[in-house]
Amino acid sequence: MKSRSQDQSLSDSRELDRSYDPLTGSLTDDSELATVSYRPEGLDRLVQQTSFNRKELQVLYRGFKNEFLIVCVSLTQECPSGVVNEETFKSIYSQFFPHGDSSMYAHFLFEAFDTHNNGSVSFEDFVLSLSIILRGSVTDKLNWAFNLYDLNKDGCITREEMTDIMNSIYDMMGKYTYPNMKDSAPKDHVDNFFQKMDKNNDGVVTIEEFLETCQKDENIMQSMHMFDHVI
Amino acid sequence: MATGVAAWLPFARAAAIGWMPVANCPMPVAPRDNSKRQDELIILNVSGRRFQTWRTTLDRYPDTLLGSSEKDFFYNEESKEYFFDRDPDAFRSILNFYRTGKLHYPRHECISAYDEELTFFGIIPEIIGDCCYEEYKDRKRENLERLQDDQEENKDMKLPNMTFRETMWRAFENPHTSTMALVFYYVTGFFIAISVITNVVETVPCGSTANQKDMPCGERYTVAFFCMDTACVMIFTVEYLMRLFAAPSRYRFMRSVMSIIDVVAILPYYIGLVMTNNEDVSGAFVTLRVFRVFRIFKFSRHSQGLRILGYTLKSCASELGFLLFSLTMAIIIFATVMFYAEKGSSSSKFTSIPASFWYTIVTMTTLGYGDMVPKTIAGKIFGSICSLSGVLVIALPVPVIVSNFSRIYHQNQRADKRRAQKKARLARIRISKSGSANAFMQSKRNGLLNELLELTATEEDEQKLTKSTSLIESQHHHLLHCLEKTTWEARNTAHEFVDEQMYEQNCLETALQTYTSRSPSVSSHDSSVGTCCGRRGKRNSPLPNASLPSAHPVPTHQSPLQELSALHIQCGDAPSHTASRSNLNLKSDNSSRINCKGGGRITTAIISLPTPPALTPDGDGLHGPPQRRPPPPPVLPATQSIQTTTSSAGVNIVKVSAL
Repeated sequence: MKSRSQDQSLSDSRELDRSYDPLTGSLTDDSELATVSYRPEGLDRLVQQTSFNRKELQVLYRGFKNEFLIVCVSLTQECPSGVVNEETFKSIYSQFFPHGDSSMYAHFLFEAFDTHNNGSVSFEDFVLSLSIILRGSVTDKLNWAFNLYDLNKDGCITREEMTDIMNSIYDMMGKYTYPNMKDSAPKDHVDNFFQKMDKNNDGVVTIEEFLETCQKDENIMQSMHMFDHVI
Repeated sequence: MATGVAAWLPFARAAAIGWMPVANCPMPVAPRDNSKRQDELIILNVSGRRFQTWRTTLDRYPDTLLGSSEKDFFYNEESKEYFFDRDPDAFRSILNFYRTGKLHYPRHECISAYDEELTFFGIIPEIIGDCCYEEYKDRKRENLERLQDDQEENKDMKLPNMTFRETMWRAFENPHTSTMALVFYYVTGFFIAISVITNVVETVPCGSTANQKDMPCGERYTVAFFCMDTACVMIFTVEYLMRLFAAPSRYRFMRSVMSIIDVVAILPYYIGLVMTNNEDVSGAFVTLRVFRVFRIFKFSRHSQGLRILGYTLKSCASELGFLLFSLTMAIIIFATVMFYAEKGSSSSKFTSIPASFWYTIVTMTTLGYGDMVPKTIAGKIFGSICSLSGVLVIALPVPVIVSNFSRIYHQNQRADKRRAQKKARLARIRISKSGSANAFMQSKRNGLLNELLELTATEEDEQKLTKSTSLIESQHHHLLHCLEKTTWEARNTAHEFVDEQMYEQNCLETALQTYTSRSPSVSSHDSSVGTCCGRRGKRNSPLPNASLPSAHPVPTHQSPLQELSALHIQCGDAPSHTASRSNLNLKSDNSSRINCKGGGRITTAIISLPTPPALTPDGDGLHGPPQRRPPPPPVLPATQSIQTTTSSAGVNIVKVSAL
């Protein structure tokens, strides 16, 4: 990967070239260009920021770039180079879960990955989140999960938010399950969750309550270790 | 799951973090990736061009050659790369398939070559991407058609056991197969022409008789014309019945166009025979005669061009239909307009709309007979619009029909050209095939000759006659030899490969063989035959072990094959004699046969040769003369006994096995 300065100069010159549109003779808007061409941060910086080593980052980037390209082009969308948008996210995720409708969950995921809230997930965002999920401490992971559940990012999970999340998870399962799923299953599950987590019974789950309950729960702690060997 | 997205699996697995805290039960244990190999670069050397890719790229499609362990068969240890002796250009698209998940068909590539490459690498062509799939299918279809054409040509070759019916059918369908068919073809053609001409001449006024007006010839020479007609119809009937008899599928034949034309051609005559005396239907009878003109369509069997025309019209049916429909529309519109425009004028010929149809058609096709012309100004205006639009409406669908015709015609021409080229190709293929067969025989001779030489002749001669057979050739010949030996029968006759002439000659001469063997004058004959057979008879027991090349250096237990080799040697030096068993017996007295060098000595020497275990015992020199060295002389005396017999036999024996 190119070093940052080279990157910068390249994108600068590109911007310069593109700012003059020969066909119409007008100067195109700079802000548009900034999102069109995008290159990730230098490899070294990413190695510092995340807990992946060089090789792992290389593999991740290659996968990111290739597959994103394939998926994005096949969706015949506008493919801004270097970033993934929500549609791509959804389509990739739906390929892993063909049985049900995974679009809602993918949407929530996207929101969680998109830390800058600009509607696209760059490679850095991607890798930073992955680093937390796969290589972070249990507390970090739980924090990230809380962030995922907290849809409006206000610091607490309300019943509605949880219901949405639960519905999206159950949607992914699809209709054809054995045994057949009751329609009230998500609701029951949410009630279960709140009963477990909401200690002061105020109808919301705060981060402290969440962390406390999860750390006491054996199952959850066990499953957090599932991510140790994903990559 | 599309394997292309496999790289995102870690992401999907990571995303499962969202489920953990809400799960009610513990998660199952995750599979451990024990083969924690770092992703490595693989070098693929395809005919010298090196392609490199990651191992994981290839692993995406494990059911192909490159993705499975099958590629290990192509691994080259020294250069640490996988070597494939295939086309590097085609390989590009194959490797791109692994990279991008889409297989593209390069247009410049030959379809069958590409298919072969795909088959080799274990990729099914159905996964060709949409962008290239149509092109691929089109090319494939074209190729298939061409192959089918070629196969149809092959049907011309006479199958040995065709029933009479099949022969007849083939003769009908393809007149060039036999003279009879050709004769039949021309005879029917002639009679069709006669019939058509008669029909035409029948109506020509033949010059007046004594009494009154001109009579058409048909009425003047009724009997003559009737006889002609009868003769033609008889011929046609016979032909039709014969075709019906010979057709492989009678029902299908009866439904075919040509047979319907045949029936229509002859039916009026019979109908006419039946109803001649009935006054009421004689009018209809006259109409029936019109159908006699359909006999001219029988010519389409004789003319390729006519068939092409018919086929074109059939394939352009939709365009013709469109033409007709649009013309009809235009005719109706303009006829109506003209009628109303001319309604005002007096003594107008445009009495009704259908009457105006005639005007419209004549004007639109720019015929313009002039029997109906508009008189009013409005009529003239509309009339001119009508003629202008007529040109357009007719001109539009015509190029489509023309291009169809041109395509079919050229296709046919190409087919003819291919057929002509095919004959030349087949001839060349036959030559090369027989060449390789001859090469086998030749090498047999030469191989033995080489042995002969290495024992007797000088180095130079040896070099001269050493036919440098390639390794592949020699191995192939060895294989053929093994086959020959395998078919060694109880009757001690090996089935051997012969070329065609020899086969026929053998058949001819084995008949004579029995006679010659009896002739007392040629006593050596008997002895020779006797020794041959006798010797072989004695050696019957070791025969089944012929494949065991007897490493017995003991001369008395020579495998008969070795003896054969001796015999081979004898004639090997006389390549001009196409040796056969029959020759052996017939020309045994021919002393000129002893132009094999040092006959007796050679025999001995050969016999005493210990057969190396790896080689076939019949001493073909295919494995290279240098491997055979004559044994030390002391062995010689022991073989004296054999020598004499064989030498006496040797003189006579040209070749036990037909070459």
